Amino acid sequence: MSKINKTLEIRTSPHIVRGLSTDDIMRNVVWALLPVAGFAVYTFGLTALVMLSVATLSCVLSEHILCRLNGRESTIGDWSITITGLLYGLTLPPGLPLWMVAVGGFIAVGLGKFLFGGLGYNVFNPALVGRAFLQAAFPVAMTTWHPAFADGRFFSLDGATLTVPFMEPVYTAVTGATPLAAMKFAQQPTAAYDLVFGFTSGSAGETSALFILAGGAYLAVRNMLNWRIPAAIFATVALLSGILHAIDPQHYAGPMFMLFSGGLMLGAVFMATDMVATPLTNRGVIIYGVLIAVLTVMIRYWGGLPEGVMYAILFANAASRHIDRLVQPRVYGTLKQAKRGS
Amino acid sequence: MQARLNAKRSFRHGVHPPEQKEATNRQAIRQFPFAPVMVIPLSQHIGKPARAVVREGQEVLRGQLLAEPDGFVSVAMHAPAAGVVKRIALAPYANGKMVESIYLQPFPGAGQEVIEGRPVDVETATPDEIILAIQQAGIVGLGGAAFPTHVKLKVPEGKSIDTLIINGVECEPYLTTDHRVMLEQIDDILMGIRYLLKVSGAGRAIIGIEANKPDAAAALSAAVPADLPVTVEMVKVKYPQGAEKMLITALLGREVPSGGLPIDVQVVCINVATTAEIGRLLPHGRGIQERVITITGPGVKRKGNYLIPIGTPLRFALEEVGLAGNVTRVFLGGPMMGQAVSSLDVPIAKGTSGVVVFTDEETAQIPQKVYPCIKCAYCVDACPIFLNPSRMGILAKSGRYEEMAEDYHLMDCFECGSCSYVCPSNIPLVQYFRLAKGILREKKG
Ligand code: SF4
Ligand code: SF4
Repeated sequence: MSKINKTLEIRTSPHIVRGLSTDDIMRNVVWALLPVAGFAVYTFGLTALVMLSVATLSCVLSEHILCRLNGRESTIGDWSITITGLLYGLTLPPGLPLWMVAVGGFIAVGLGKFLFGGLGYNVFNPALVGRAFLQAAFPVAMTTWHPAFADGRFFSLDGATLTVPFMEPVYTAVTGATPLAAMKFAQQPTAAYDLVFGFTSGSAGETSALFILAGGAYLAVRNMLNWRIPAAIFATVALLSGILHAIDPQHYAGPMFMLFSGGLMLGAVFMATDMVATPLTNRGVIIYGVLIAVLTVMIRYWGGLPEGVMYAILFANAASRHIDRLVQPRVYGTLKQAKRGS
Repeated sequence: MQARLNAKRSFRHGVHPPEQKEATNRQAIRQFPFAPVMVIPLSQHIGKPARAVVREGQEVLRGQLLAEPDGFVSVAMHAPAAGVVKRIALAPYANGKMVESIYLQPFPGAGQEVIEGRPVDVETATPDEIILAIQQAGIVGLGGAAFPTHVKLKVPEGKSIDTLIINGVECEPYLTTDHRVMLEQIDDILMGIRYLLKVSGAGRAIIGIEANKPDAAAALSAAVPADLPVTVEMVKVKYPQGAEKMLITALLGREVPSGGLPIDVQVVCINVATTAEIGRLLPHGRGIQERVITITGPGVKRKGNYLIPIGTPLRFALEEVGLAGNVTRVFLGGPMMGQAVSSLDVPIAKGTSGVVVFTDEETAQIPQKVYPCIKCAYCVDACPIFLNPSRMGILAKSGRYEEMAEDYHLMDCFECGSCSYVCPSNIPLVQYFRLAKGILREKKG
């Protein structure tokens, strides 16, 4: 029998944890995004690779510097900013002048995240804040598309990529119209097959639904993404566009086209699901998804822009906390005791 | 009678911590030796402390009354061994406070025989006599709550009980106390149910068991005599299935009203080990002076289930079973709701259902870094009461306690720890809620 003399830790219960931490979640989201980024590089070549790197680096560096300037510990270790950077890059057209990419990245972090108080406090998805800023500041550059699968894409950069800061390149011709613009402005639909597999032009990460869905499924299985959000968006978009398409197929594109074109896939799976900016309850999340879908369809069909997913998500982000307040779960024991007895 | 062994029924939400019961669930209950000095706190139950009826220097027999209940919400204490009352003084207790306690020094070579009292016959005793006998026997909830059992059984005017639930769920990881009791003390349990049915007036009893203990369920249902309206029913393995409210919902589909008690839905819920004590003690008029506990965890050499005298100092208990590795944390109860002790001088009390010892290896797995709330909603999906721990955590951080109570039902939180368990940001949610509740209670007076 030995005498025991121990210094004991006192912590309150529970004394065990599940062991899945915030940085684990964030790292997994990065993994899920990498194939999407890889396909973007495959589609658009060196231009996309450089652009995505600049986008990611500008976000990570901005966060690091902003933290340090404010005398706080750098938070880049939680990986959330890497997600923001990658996502931000994936929403941009490849070939966007790199200085614009960097400025937008800084805005995404500074305005979209840091100003609100950092991780967990941001109201909007920071990546979309950066993109929305660029859309407003450089509308022409943001809608100039780089052709997909151009010859020699792995060896050369798009002409506009290296434009000197504060100079906007002069565009002579629209290089590769996106399917959405083609439909909206020329009533020219694109084959569904091309859309699903990504053989079209568009923002870097918008073009392959397959990789986006695979990444989303990976996260949903790990419970790191609430599948109800994309499901609600897809179902609502399909329903609304199905009805409108049946009424007037000339003006309103059908559900397949609506689902697989533009940023809808990327937006629904990766942008709208940013945990921080979504409602907490499953009921709230469905309302949120439906809201995004309705807004997207409205902007796409009737708004001035060919693409509306981004604004729809930003708007729904702002509504998240209000949705939470509206659909608070019914607390246990507050049931009207109607079916008592047995 | 019959057993419902389909274990799909449960409550909504909850979590699935690793069970960790393999180390002890096959080990028969073993008798623990007497410590050189035992410390019997006069307040090891919820309610008023008991009043000592012995003097310092007095010799007592095993099972003799040491303290009598002071009022209705209070229970008696009995001598865990024959010996001498050395002192009656303040001693450290598991909750970190100092509590008036009786120091008892057992005689060298003291035997296990217990003195007999006035038997209470289940056939002839009235409900009030049984309630009094349970109080005199010093019985409290052995599952950990330590609430005086007889208080629960007192049916208020205008209310009634139709179902008696015997709680054999034991959802806390590591603990196998109730599991072993259900295998080894079947006759006591059935006798206890007879007493409980009589007091409560319930027409039937259900023994609820988590699906990870099919052997216990089979043994019990095989032993139920035809004249006893008892069924054995299994429920899904999920934490906190053993919480009264959750078990009632799983078995009966009834929801205990917010701020109410099981009796508001015509139910009384008694832990299975408590039931066994009633069945064993009342026919002999004895008081409770020992209980079964699981001593386990990676830091323990001889893990097992022990019949241990109440008042055994924790230090003595751990010296007996032997410690292994670099012990960092010892807690009474399971890892989800148990109380970490700061000192090994606290005694094993009536409400101690187990002792779990962690070494640096287990504590190293608990992250230190706290991230901001990322609104992942894991906590919302875990809370069995359907609260919003995320929001409450944020409010607690800025001291907005009233808002937590008024808008977010803080007072309905029963501190099960599910939210903290799943939180990826390692936010000490339960700790916040405990603190907030304490502050609000204080403010109220
Ligand atoms: S500790 Fe309270 S808030 Fe957290 S899960 Fe349990 S009941 Fe819900
Ligand atoms: S589990 Fe933690 S991080 Fe997630 S919502 Fe709840 S409090 Fe926030």
